Amino acid sequence: MANPLKCDLCSKPATVHLTQIVNNKVHKVDLCEACAQAKGVTDPSGFSLSDLLLKTSLNAEPAANLRCEQCGFTSADFKKHGRFGCAACYDYFKGLIEPMLDNMHKGSTHVGKVPRRALERKSLYDRLTRLETDLDTAIKAERYEDAARFRDEIHQVKQTFEQKPVR
Amino acid sequence: MTISALIDSHSELTDTATSKCAIVLMTRIRLARNLAGQPFPGWAKPAQRTAILESCREAVAATPQMKRGLNLAVGELSDLEKQILVERHLISRELSGAKAGAGIVISKEQTLSVMINEEDHLRIQTLRAGFQLKKAWNAINELDTALEENLDFAFSPTIGYLTACPTNLGTAMRASAMMHLPALVISSQMEKVVRAVNQLGMVVRGLFGEGSDASGSIFQISNQTTLGESEEDIIKRLTTVLNSIIEHERNAREKLLEADAGKLHDKIGRAFGILQNSHLLTSSEAMNLLSLIRLGIDFGAFPDAVRATVDRLLIEAQPGHIQHLSKHDLEAGARDFARAIKLRAEFAKLSAPNFTINGKN
Repeated sequence: MANPLKCDLCSKPATVHLTQIVNNKVHKVDLCEACAQAKGVTDPSGFSLSDLLLKTSLNAEPAANLRCEQCGFTSADFKKHGRFGCAACYDYFKGLIEPMLDNMHKGSTHVGKVPRRALERKSLYDRLTRLETDLDTAIKAERYEDAARFRDEIHQVKQTFEQKPVR
Repeated sequence: MTISALIDSHSELTDTATSKCAIVLMTRIRLARNLAGQPFPGWAKPAQRTAILESCREAVAATPQMKRGLNLAVGELSDLEKQILVERHLISRELSGAKAGAGIVISKEQTLSVMINEEDHLRIQTLRAGFQLKKAWNAINELDTALEENLDFAFSPTIGYLTACPTNLGTAMRASAMMHLPALVISSQMEKVVRAVNQLGMVVRGLFGEGSDASGSIFQISNQTTLGESEEDIIKRLTTVLNSIIEHERNAREKLLEADAGKLHDKIGRAFGILQNSHLLTSSEAMNLLSLIRLGIDFGAFPDAVRATVDRLLIEAQPGHIQHLSKHDLEAGARDFARAIKLRAEFAKLSAPNFTINGKN
Protein backbone atom coordinates (compact mmCIF):
# COMPACT_ATOMS: atom_id res chain seq x y z
CA MET A 1 0.00 0.00 0.00
CA ALA A 2 1.37 3.36 -0.97
CA ASN A 3 -0.66 5.22 1.59
CA PRO A 4 -1.18 3.21 4.77
CA LEU A 5 -4.13 4.41 6.82
CA LYS A 6 -3.24 6.57 9.76
CA CYS A 7 -4.69 6.25 13.26
CA ASP A 8 -7.59 8.70 13.70
CA LEU A 9 -6.35 9.66 17.13
CA CYS A 10 -2.55 9.88 16.93
CA SER A 11 -1.69 9.44 13.22
CA LYS A 12 0.59 6.42 13.73
CA PRO A 13 -0.06 3.66 11.15
CA ALA A 14 -3.48 2.18 11.81
CA THR A 15 -3.78 -1.56 12.29
CA VAL A 16 -7.25 -1.79 13.79
CA HIS A 17 -10.06 -0.96 11.42
CA LEU A 18 -13.45 -0.72 12.94
CA THR A 19 -16.67 -0.63 11.02
CA GLN A 20 -19.89 -0.47 12.93
CA ILE A 21 -23.41 0.03 11.83
CA VAL A 22 -25.29 2.02 14.42
CA ASN A 23 -28.84 3.09 13.67
CA ASN A 24 -28.35 2.09 10.03
CA LYS A 25 -25.40 4.45 9.66
CA VAL A 26 -21.94 3.17 8.85
CA HIS A 27 -19.18 4.43 11.13
CA LYS A 28 -15.55 3.79 10.27
CA VAL A 29 -12.69 4.30 12.66
CA ASP A 30 -9.03 3.45 12.01
CA LEU A 31 -6.77 3.10 15.01
CA CYS A 32 -3.22 2.07 15.83
CA GLU A 33 -2.67 -0.83 18.22
CA ALA A 34 -1.94 1.43 21.21
CA CYS A 35 -4.99 3.67 20.79
CA ALA A 36 -7.27 0.68 20.20
CA GLN A 37 -6.04 -0.80 23.47
CA ALA A 38 -6.33 2.48 25.33
CA LYS A 39 -9.88 3.05 24.08
CA GLY A 40 -10.92 -0.46 25.03
CA VAL A 41 -11.95 -1.34 21.48
CA THR A 42 -10.65 -4.87 21.97
CA ASP A 43 -12.39 -5.16 25.31
CA PRO A 44 -15.56 -7.23 25.07
CA SER A 45 -16.99 -5.41 28.06
CA GLY A 46 -17.53 -2.51 25.75
CA PHE A 47 -16.33 0.93 24.89
CA SER A 48 -17.95 4.18 23.98
CA LEU A 49 -18.13 4.41 20.23
CA SER A 50 -19.86 7.79 20.38
CA ASP A 51 -17.03 9.28 22.41
CA LEU A 52 -14.52 7.86 19.97
CA LEU A 53 -16.43 9.19 16.99
CA LEU A 54 -16.59 12.60 18.61
CA LYS A 55 -12.82 12.69 19.06
CA THR A 56 -12.01 11.39 15.60
CA SER A 57 -14.38 13.77 13.85
CA LEU A 58 -12.84 16.60 15.86
CA ASN A 59 -9.38 15.67 14.67
CA ALA A 60 -10.59 15.61 11.10
CA GLU A 61 -12.07 19.14 11.31
CA PRO A 62 -9.96 21.91 9.81
CA ALA A 63 -8.74 24.39 12.41
CA ALA A 64 -11.37 27.12 12.29
CA ASN A 65 -10.75 29.67 14.98
CA LEU A 66 -14.09 30.25 16.66
CA ARG A 67 -14.68 31.83 20.04
CA CYS A 68 -17.74 31.93 22.31
CA GLU A 69 -18.45 35.57 23.20
CA GLN A 70 -20.27 34.54 26.33
CA CYS A 71 -17.61 32.42 28.07
CA GLY A 72 -14.44 32.82 26.01
CA PHE A 73 -14.23 29.17 25.03
CA THR A 74 -12.48 28.56 21.67
CA SER A 75 -12.77 25.81 19.08
CA ALA A 76 -9.22 24.79 20.05
CA ASP A 77 -10.44 24.27 23.63
CA PHE A 78 -13.26 22.12 22.31
CA LYS A 79 -10.85 20.00 20.34
CA LYS A 80 -8.74 19.50 23.42
CA HIS A 81 -11.54 18.68 25.89
CA GLY A 82 -14.38 17.39 23.72
CA ARG A 83 -16.68 19.41 26.02
CA PHE A 84 -18.13 22.89 25.64
CA GLY A 85 -17.66 25.89 27.93
CA CYS A 86 -21.29 26.99 28.29
CA ALA A 87 -24.72 26.62 26.73
CA ALA A 88 -24.12 29.61 24.42
CA CYS A 89 -21.15 27.76 22.85
CA TYR A 90 -23.73 25.74 20.91
CA ASP A 91 -24.69 28.96 19.10
CA TYR A 92 -21.14 30.15 18.48
CA PHE A 93 -19.88 26.73 17.35
CA LYS A 94 -23.03 25.84 15.44
CA GLY A 95 -21.15 25.32 12.17
CA LEU A 96 -18.66 22.99 13.87
CA ILE A 97 -21.14 20.90 15.80
CA GLU A 98 -24.15 20.62 13.50
CA PRO A 99 -22.57 18.29 10.94
CA MET A 100 -21.41 16.02 13.78
CA LEU A 101 -24.80 15.64 15.43
CA ASP A 102 -26.34 13.51 12.73
CA ASN A 103 -23.45 11.09 12.91
CA MET A 104 -23.46 11.05 16.70
CA HIS A 105 -27.19 10.72 17.34
CA LYS A 106 -30.34 9.15 15.98
CA GLY A 107 -31.55 12.48 14.65
CA SER A 108 -30.52 16.11 14.82
CA THR A 109 -33.72 17.59 16.26
CA HIS A 110 -34.88 17.23 19.83
CA VAL A 111 -37.94 15.11 20.53
CA GLY A 112 -39.05 14.65 24.11
CA LYS A 113 -39.34 16.49 27.38
CA VAL A 114 -39.36 20.28 27.39
CA PRO A 115 -38.73 22.34 30.56
CA ARG A 116 -42.18 23.92 30.37
CA ARG A 117 -41.96 25.99 33.56
CA ALA A 118 -38.64 27.53 32.66
CA LEU A 119 -39.87 28.39 29.17
CA GLU A 120 -43.05 29.93 30.59
CA ARG A 121 -40.97 32.07 32.90
CA LYS A 122 -38.74 33.12 30.03
CA SER A 123 -41.67 34.11 27.82
CA LEU A 124 -43.24 36.08 30.67
CA TYR A 125 -39.95 37.81 31.28
CA ASP A 126 -39.55 38.63 27.58
CA ARG A 127 -43.09 40.02 27.49
CA LEU A 128 -42.37 42.18 30.50
CA THR A 129 -39.23 43.61 28.93
CA ARG A 130 -41.14 44.37 25.74
CA LEU A 131 -43.99 46.08 27.61
CA GLU A 132 -41.57 48.22 29.59
CA THR A 133 -39.96 49.46 26.38
CA ASP A 134 -43.42 50.11 24.91
CA LEU A 135 -44.40 52.06 28.03
CA ASP A 136 -41.30 54.25 27.77
CA THR A 137 -41.94 54.97 24.10
CA ALA A 138 -45.60 55.76 24.75
CA ILE A 139 -44.76 58.17 27.55
CA LYS A 140 -42.12 59.92 25.46
CA ALA A 141 -44.59 60.27 22.60
CA GLU A 142 -47.22 61.53 25.07
CA ARG A 143 -49.60 58.72 24.08
CA TYR A 144 -51.02 58.52 27.58
CA GLU A 145 -53.92 56.22 26.79
CA ASP A 146 -51.54 53.63 25.41
CA ALA A 147 -49.21 54.16 28.33
CA ALA A 148 -52.00 53.44 30.76
CA ARG A 149 -52.82 50.23 28.93
CA PHE A 150 -49.16 49.13 28.98
CA ARG A 151 -48.93 49.98 32.66
CA ASP A 152 -51.96 47.78 33.41
CA GLU A 153 -50.52 44.94 31.37
CA ILE A 154 -47.19 45.20 33.17
CA HIS A 155 -49.03 45.04 36.44
CA GLN A 156 -50.82 41.90 35.26
CA VAL A 157 -47.65 40.14 34.11
CA LYS A 158 -45.92 40.97 37.38
CA GLN A 159 -48.81 39.45 39.27
CA THR A 160 -48.56 36.22 37.28
CA PHE A 161 -44.87 36.16 38.14
CA GLU A 162 -45.59 36.52 41.82
CA GLN A 163 -48.21 33.80 41.86
CA LYS A 164 -45.62 31.25 40.84
CA PRO A 165 -42.41 30.65 42.73
CA VAL A 166 -39.65 32.34 40.80
CA ARG A 167 -36.07 32.69 41.85
CA MET B 1 -29.25 12.59 57.41
CA THR B 2 -25.50 12.15 57.94
CA ILE B 3 -23.11 10.23 55.74
CA SER B 4 -22.44 7.58 58.38
CA ALA B 5 -26.18 7.04 58.90
CA LEU B 6 -26.57 6.64 55.16
CA ILE B 7 -23.70 4.17 54.89
CA ASP B 8 -25.00 2.07 57.74
CA SER B 9 -28.56 1.90 56.44
CA HIS B 10 -29.33 -0.58 53.68
CA SER B 11 -29.56 0.88 50.21
CA GLU B 12 -31.99 -0.02 47.47
CA LEU B 13 -29.33 -2.30 46.02
CA THR B 14 -28.33 -4.01 49.22
CA ASP B 15 -31.94 -4.82 49.93
CA THR B 16 -33.28 -6.36 46.75
CA ALA B 17 -35.15 -9.37 48.14
CA THR B 18 -36.75 -11.41 45.36
CA SER B 19 -37.09 -9.64 42.09
CA LYS B 20 -39.29 -10.97 39.35
CA CYS B 21 -36.54 -10.85 36.83
CA ALA B 22 -33.35 -12.13 38.36
CA ILE B 23 -31.23 -11.42 35.30
CA VAL B 24 -31.64 -7.65 35.64
CA LEU B 25 -30.05 -6.63 38.94
CA MET B 26 -30.80 -2.97 38.76
CA THR B 27 -32.28 -0.24 36.60
CA ARG B 28 -30.84 3.23 36.50
CA ILE B 29 -31.71 6.46 34.70
CA ARG B 30 -29.79 9.69 34.74
CA LEU B 31 -30.58 13.11 33.34
CA ALA B 32 -28.01 15.81 32.70
CA ARG B 33 -29.16 19.39 33.32
CA ASN B 34 -27.39 22.74 33.25
CA LEU B 35 -28.35 26.18 34.48
CA ALA B 36 -29.01 28.74 31.77
CA GLY B 37 -26.44 31.52 31.56
CA GLN B 38 -23.74 29.79 33.62
CA PRO B 39 -20.51 28.24 32.34
CA PHE B 40 -20.40 24.41 32.50
CA PRO B 41 -18.56 23.01 35.56
CA GLY B 42 -15.40 22.11 33.64
CA TRP B 43 -15.00 25.68 32.39
CA ALA B 44 -16.39 27.66 35.35
CA LYS B 45 -14.00 29.59 37.60
CA PRO B 46 -13.76 28.43 41.24
CA ALA B 47 -16.00 31.26 42.49
CA GLN B 48 -18.61 30.48 39.82
CA ARG B 49 -18.50 26.77 40.69
CA THR B 50 -19.11 27.58 44.33
CA ALA B 51 -22.04 29.87 43.50
CA ILE B 52 -23.57 27.24 41.19
CA LEU B 53 -23.07 24.56 43.84
CA GLU B 54 -24.81 26.62 46.50
CA SER B 55 -27.85 27.50 44.41
CA CYS B 56 -28.22 23.94 43.11
CA ARG B 57 -27.85 22.35 46.55
CA GLU B 58 -30.51 24.64 47.89
CA ALA B 59 -32.93 23.96 45.04
CA VAL B 60 -32.37 20.18 45.10
CA ALA B 61 -32.65 19.86 48.87
CA ALA B 62 -35.92 21.84 48.77
CA THR B 63 -37.71 19.20 46.65
CA PRO B 64 -40.13 16.88 48.49
CA GLN B 65 -38.18 13.87 47.18
CA MET B 66 -35.01 14.94 49.00
CA LYS B 67 -36.64 15.61 52.36
CA ARG B 68 -34.42 14.34 55.19
CA GLY B 69 -31.84 13.22 52.63
CA LEU B 70 -28.11 13.71 52.61
CA ASN B 71 -26.80 17.04 51.33
CA LEU B 72 -23.04 17.54 51.24
CA ALA B 73 -20.15 19.15 49.42
CA VAL B 74 -17.83 16.46 48.05
CA GLY B 75 -15.00 18.04 50.03
CA GLU B 76 -16.77 17.12 53.27
CA LEU B 77 -16.44 13.42 52.47
CA SER B 78 -13.45 11.23 53.27
CA ASP B 79 -11.92 9.16 50.48
CA LEU B 80 -13.42 6.03 51.98
CA GLU B 81 -16.91 7.55 52.18
CA LYS B 82 -16.65 8.60 48.55
CA GLN B 83 -15.56 5.12 47.56
CA ILE B 84 -18.55 3.59 49.35
CA LEU B 85 -20.93 5.92 47.51
CA VAL B 86 -19.30 4.96 44.20
CA GLU B 87 -19.66 1.26 45.06
CA ARG B 88 -23.36 1.86 45.73
CA HIS B 89 -23.64 3.62 42.35
CA LEU B 90 -24.85 6.77 44.11
CA ILE B 91 -22.03 8.95 42.77
CA SER B 92 -19.69 8.57 39.82
CA ARG B 93 -15.95 8.08 39.96
CA GLU B 94 -15.61 11.44 38.22
CA LEU B 95 -17.49 13.21 40.99
CA SER B 96 -15.49 11.48 43.72
CA GLY B 97 -12.34 12.89 42.12
CA ALA B 98 -13.83 16.31 41.41
CA LYS B 99 -12.07 19.52 42.35
CA ALA B 100 -13.57 21.93 44.89
CA GLY B 101 -17.13 23.12 44.35
CA ALA B 102 -18.84 19.79 43.74
CA GLY B 103 -21.71 18.39 45.76
CA ILE B 104 -24.10 15.54 46.26
CA VAL B 105 -27.69 15.23 47.43
CA ILE B 106 -29.03 11.72 48.11
CA SER B 107 -32.59 10.78 49.06
CA LYS B 108 -33.24 9.02 52.35
CA GLU B 109 -34.10 5.73 50.62
CA GLN B 110 -30.97 6.01 48.42
CA THR B 111 -33.04 5.69 45.26
CA LEU B 112 -32.45 9.23 44.01
CA SER B 113 -29.21 11.13 43.89
CA VAL B 114 -28.18 14.42 42.35
CA MET B 115 -24.55 15.12 41.59
CA ILE B 116 -23.70 18.79 41.37
CA ASN B 117 -20.87 20.12 39.19
CA GLU B 118 -19.85 16.80 37.79
CA GLU B 119 -19.53 17.09 34.00
CA ASP B 120 -22.81 19.04 33.99
CA HIS B 121 -24.26 21.29 36.69
CA LEU B 122 -26.75 18.60 37.62
CA ARG B 123 -26.64 14.89 37.08
CA ILE B 124 -29.96 13.59 38.38
CA GLN B 125 -30.07 9.86 38.92
CA THR B 126 -32.56 7.26 40.00
CA LEU B 127 -31.79 3.71 40.87
CA ARG B 128 -34.17 0.77 41.26
CA ALA B 129 -33.52 -2.84 42.10
CA GLY B 130 -34.69 -5.18 39.35
CA PHE B 131 -36.08 -4.43 35.89
CA GLN B 132 -38.11 -1.26 36.43
CA LEU B 133 -37.39 1.21 33.66
CA LYS B 134 -40.88 2.71 33.63
CA LYS B 135 -41.00 3.26 37.39
CA ALA B 136 -37.51 4.71 37.29
CA TRP B 137 -38.50 7.11 34.51
CA ASN B 138 -41.60 8.26 36.38
CA ALA B 139 -39.55 8.91 39.52
CA ILE B 140 -36.81 10.87 37.79
CA ASN B 141 -39.25 12.78 35.57
CA GLU B 142 -41.06 13.95 38.70
CA LEU B 143 -37.87 15.08 40.42
CA ASP B 144 -36.74 16.89 37.27
CA THR B 145 -40.09 18.69 36.99
CA ALA B 146 -39.88 19.65 40.67
CA LEU B 147 -36.44 21.14 40.07
CA GLU B 148 -37.78 23.13 37.12
CA GLU B 149 -39.91 25.14 39.55
CA ASN B 150 -36.80 26.77 40.93
CA LEU B 151 -34.09 26.38 38.30
CA ASP B 152 -33.87 27.67 34.73
CA PHE B 153 -32.34 24.89 32.66
CA ALA B 154 -30.29 25.55 29.54
CA PHE B 155 -32.50 24.32 26.71
CA SER B 156 -32.82 24.75 22.98
CA PRO B 157 -36.08 23.92 21.18
CA THR B 158 -34.05 22.43 18.33
CA ILE B 159 -31.33 20.43 20.10
CA GLY B 160 -32.92 19.96 23.51
CA TYR B 161 -31.20 20.12 26.89
CA LEU B 162 -27.76 21.65 26.46
CA THR B 163 -24.98 19.58 27.97
CA ALA B 164 -21.22 20.01 28.31
CA CYS B 165 -20.65 17.07 25.97
CA PRO B 166 -22.57 17.04 22.68
CA THR B 167 -23.03 13.27 22.95
CA ASN B 168 -25.63 13.96 25.68
CA LEU B 169 -27.71 16.61 23.87
CA GLY B 170 -31.46 16.25 23.41
CA THR B 171 -33.10 14.31 26.20
CA ALA B 172 -29.73 14.20 28.04
CA MET B 173 -30.98 10.88 29.36
CA ARG B 174 -28.99 7.73 29.89
CA ALA B 175 -31.15 4.76 30.84
CA SER B 176 -29.35 1.60 31.83
CA ALA B 177 -29.80 -1.84 33.25
CA MET B 178 -27.23 -3.84 35.16
CA MET B 179 -27.47 -7.41 33.93
CA HIS B 180 -26.12 -10.67 35.29
CA LEU B 181 -25.08 -12.72 32.25
CA PRO B 182 -22.96 -15.64 33.46
CA ALA B 183 -24.11 -18.18 30.87
CA LEU B 184 -23.35 -15.84 27.97
CA VAL B 185 -19.87 -15.30 29.45
CA ILE B 186 -19.22 -19.00 30.11
CA SER B 187 -20.28 -19.93 26.60
CA SER B 188 -18.15 -17.08 25.13
CA GLN B 189 -21.09 -15.34 23.47
CA MET B 190 -20.61 -11.96 25.13
CA GLU B 191 -18.57 -10.49 22.30
CA LYS B 192 -21.31 -11.38 19.86
CA VAL B 193 -23.92 -9.84 22.16
CA VAL B 194 -21.89 -6.63 22.55
CA ARG B 195 -21.65 -6.30 18.77
CA ALA B 196 -25.35 -6.93 18.23
CA VAL B 197 -26.33 -4.53 21.00
CA ASN B 198 -24.04 -1.84 19.53
CA GLN B 199 -25.75 -2.20 16.19
CA LEU B 200 -29.04 -1.49 17.89
CA GLY B 201 -27.66 1.79 19.21
CA MET B 202 -27.06 0.59 22.75
CA VAL B 203 -23.77 0.37 24.67
CA VAL B 204 -22.44 -2.41 26.88
CA ARG B 205 -20.11 -1.51 29.73
CA GLY B 206 -18.66 -3.11 32.86
CA LEU B 207 -20.17 -2.79 36.32
CA PHE B 208 -18.78 0.65 37.11
CA GLY B 209 -19.25 2.29 33.73
CA GLU B 210 -16.82 3.19 31.02
CA GLY B 211 -13.59 1.25 31.01
CA SER B 212 -14.42 -0.85 34.08
CA ASP B 213 -14.10 -4.61 33.91
CA ALA B 214 -16.99 -7.00 33.93
CA SER B 215 -16.04 -9.25 36.82
CA GLY B 216 -18.95 -11.22 38.17
CA SER B 217 -20.40 -11.33 34.63
CA ILE B 218 -22.24 -8.12 35.38
CA PHE B 219 -22.75 -5.70 32.51
CA GLN B 220 -24.42 -2.35 32.06
CA ILE B 221 -26.49 -1.87 28.95
CA SER B 222 -27.56 1.67 28.10
CA ASN B 223 -28.70 3.87 25.24
CA GLN B 224 -25.93 5.40 23.17
CA THR B 225 -27.78 8.30 21.61
CA THR B 226 -29.90 10.99 23.25
CA LEU B 227 -30.97 13.32 20.44
CA GLY B 228 -33.80 12.71 17.99
CA GLU B 229 -35.82 10.30 20.10
CA SER B 230 -38.13 10.92 23.06
CA GLU B 231 -37.43 9.55 26.54
CA GLU B 232 -40.34 7.10 26.24
CA ASP B 233 -39.12 5.82 22.88
CA ILE B 234 -35.57 5.35 24.15
CA ILE B 235 -36.93 3.39 27.10
CA LYS B 236 -39.16 1.31 24.84
CA ARG B 237 -36.24 0.48 22.57
CA LEU B 238 -33.96 -0.33 25.49
CA THR B 239 -36.64 -2.59 26.99
CA THR B 240 -36.85 -4.55 23.74
CA VAL B 241 -33.06 -4.98 23.64
CA LEU B 242 -32.94 -6.01 27.31
CA ASN B 243 -35.72 -8.56 26.81
CA SER B 244 -33.86 -10.09 23.93
CA ILE B 245 -30.63 -10.29 25.98
CA ILE B 246 -32.59 -11.96 28.80
CA GLU B 247 -33.89 -14.47 26.27
CA HIS B 248 -30.37 -15.18 25.02
CA GLU B 249 -29.04 -15.60 28.55
CA ARG B 250 -31.86 -18.03 29.35
CA ASN B 251 -31.18 -20.04 26.21
CA ALA B 252 -27.47 -20.11 26.98
CA ARG B 253 -28.25 -21.41 30.48
CA GLU B 254 -30.44 -24.17 29.11
CA LYS B 255 -27.81 -25.16 26.58
CA LEU B 256 -25.10 -25.28 29.25
CA LEU B 257 -27.27 -27.53 31.42
CA GLU B 258 -28.11 -29.76 28.49
CA ALA B 259 -24.52 -30.06 27.33
CA ASP B 260 -22.82 -30.64 30.65
CA ALA B 261 -24.84 -30.06 33.81
CA GLY B 262 -22.16 -31.76 35.89
CA LYS B 263 -19.53 -29.22 34.86
CA LEU B 264 -21.79 -26.29 35.71
CA HIS B 265 -22.85 -27.79 39.06
CA ASP B 266 -19.16 -28.36 39.80
CA LYS B 267 -18.41 -24.68 39.20
CA ILE B 268 -21.24 -23.60 41.49
CA GLY B 269 -20.39 -26.16 44.16
CA ARG B 270 -16.73 -25.14 44.15
CA ALA B 271 -17.69 -21.47 44.40
CA PHE B 272 -19.74 -22.31 47.48
CA GLY B 273 -16.82 -24.26 48.96
CA ILE B 274 -14.39 -21.40 48.44
CA LEU B 275 -16.79 -18.82 49.88
CA GLN B 276 -17.28 -21.00 52.96
CA ASN B 277 -13.61 -21.80 53.51
CA SER B 278 -11.19 -19.36 51.95
CA HIS B 279 -8.98 -17.01 53.92
CA LEU B 280 -7.90 -14.64 51.18
CA LEU B 281 -10.29 -13.30 48.56
CA THR B 282 -9.64 -10.49 46.10
CA SER B 283 -12.67 -8.42 45.20
CA SER B 284 -12.70 -9.70 41.63
CA GLU B 285 -12.54 -13.35 42.75
CA ALA B 286 -15.33 -12.69 45.25
CA MET B 287 -17.46 -11.13 42.49
CA ASN B 288 -16.95 -14.13 40.24
CA LEU B 289 -17.80 -16.60 43.00
CA LEU B 290 -20.88 -14.66 44.09
CA SER B 291 -21.94 -14.53 40.45
CA LEU B 292 -21.84 -18.35 40.30
CA ILE B 293 -23.87 -18.61 43.51
CA ARG B 294 -26.43 -16.25 41.98
CA LEU B 295 -26.62 -18.51 38.95
CA GLY B 296 -27.09 -21.44 41.35
CA ILE B 297 -30.06 -19.65 42.92
CA ASP B 298 -31.65 -19.18 39.48
CA PHE B 299 -31.20 -22.95 38.95
CA GLY B 300 -32.98 -23.64 42.24
CA ALA B 301 -29.88 -25.02 43.98
CA PHE B 302 -30.25 -22.48 46.78
CA PRO B 303 -33.44 -21.00 48.23
CA ASP B 304 -34.67 -17.87 46.46
CA ALA B 305 -34.14 -15.77 49.59
CA VAL B 306 -30.36 -16.19 49.20
CA ARG B 307 -30.47 -13.88 46.18
CA ALA B 308 -30.95 -10.86 48.43
CA THR B 309 -27.87 -11.90 50.43
CA VAL B 310 -25.79 -12.35 47.29
CA ASP B 311 -26.94 -9.03 45.80
CA ARG B 312 -26.06 -7.30 49.05
CA LEU B 313 -22.65 -8.99 49.13
CA LEU B 314 -21.90 -7.98 45.54
CA ILE B 315 -21.82 -4.45 46.97
CA GLU B 316 -20.51 -5.18 50.45
CA ALA B 317 -17.53 -7.22 49.19
CA GLN B 318 -16.19 -4.15 47.37
CA PRO B 319 -12.98 -2.63 48.79
CA GLY B 320 -14.61 0.47 50.31
CA HIS B 321 -17.30 -1.47 52.12
CA ILE B 322 -14.76 -3.99 53.46
CA GLN B 323 -12.64 -1.17 54.87
CA HIS B 324 -15.66 0.47 56.40
CA LEU B 325 -16.48 -2.80 58.12
CA SER B 326 -12.98 -3.03 59.58
CA LYS B 327 -13.28 0.59 60.76
CA HIS B 328 -9.94 1.60 59.25
CA ASP B 329 -7.97 1.78 56.01
CA LEU B 330 -6.53 -1.52 54.89
CA GLU B 331 -3.98 -2.26 52.20
CA ALA B 332 -5.04 -4.73 49.51
CA GLY B 333 -3.67 -7.89 51.22
CA ALA B 334 -5.37 -7.12 54.52
CA ARG B 335 -8.58 -6.32 52.65
CA ASP B 336 -8.55 -9.76 51.01
CA PHE B 337 -8.21 -11.27 54.46
CA ALA B 338 -11.07 -9.20 55.90
CA ARG B 339 -13.23 -9.96 52.86
CA ALA B 340 -12.74 -13.71 53.32
CA ILE B 341 -13.74 -13.45 57.01
CA LYS B 342 -16.92 -11.60 56.04
CA LEU B 343 -17.86 -14.05 53.29
CA ARG B 344 -17.05 -17.10 55.43
CA ALA B 345 -19.37 -15.79 58.12
CA GLU B 346 -22.17 -15.09 55.62
CA PHE B 347 -21.85 -18.46 53.88
CA ALA B 348 -21.51 -20.51 57.08
CA LYS B 349 -25.23 -19.88 57.58
CA LEU B 350 -26.21 -21.36 54.20
CA SER B 351 -26.79 -25.00 53.39
CA ALA B 352 -24.93 -26.66 50.55
CA PRO B 353 -26.35 -26.40 47.03
CA ASN B 354 -28.92 -28.98 46.10
CA PHE B 355 -28.91 -29.78 42.40
CA THR B 356 -31.39 -32.66 42.45
CA ILE B 357 -34.28 -30.33 41.61
CA ASN B 358 -33.35 -30.50 37.93
CA GLY B 359 -33.60 -34.25 38.10
CA LYS B 360 -29.94 -34.81 37.39
CA ASN B 361 -26.77 -34.42 39.36
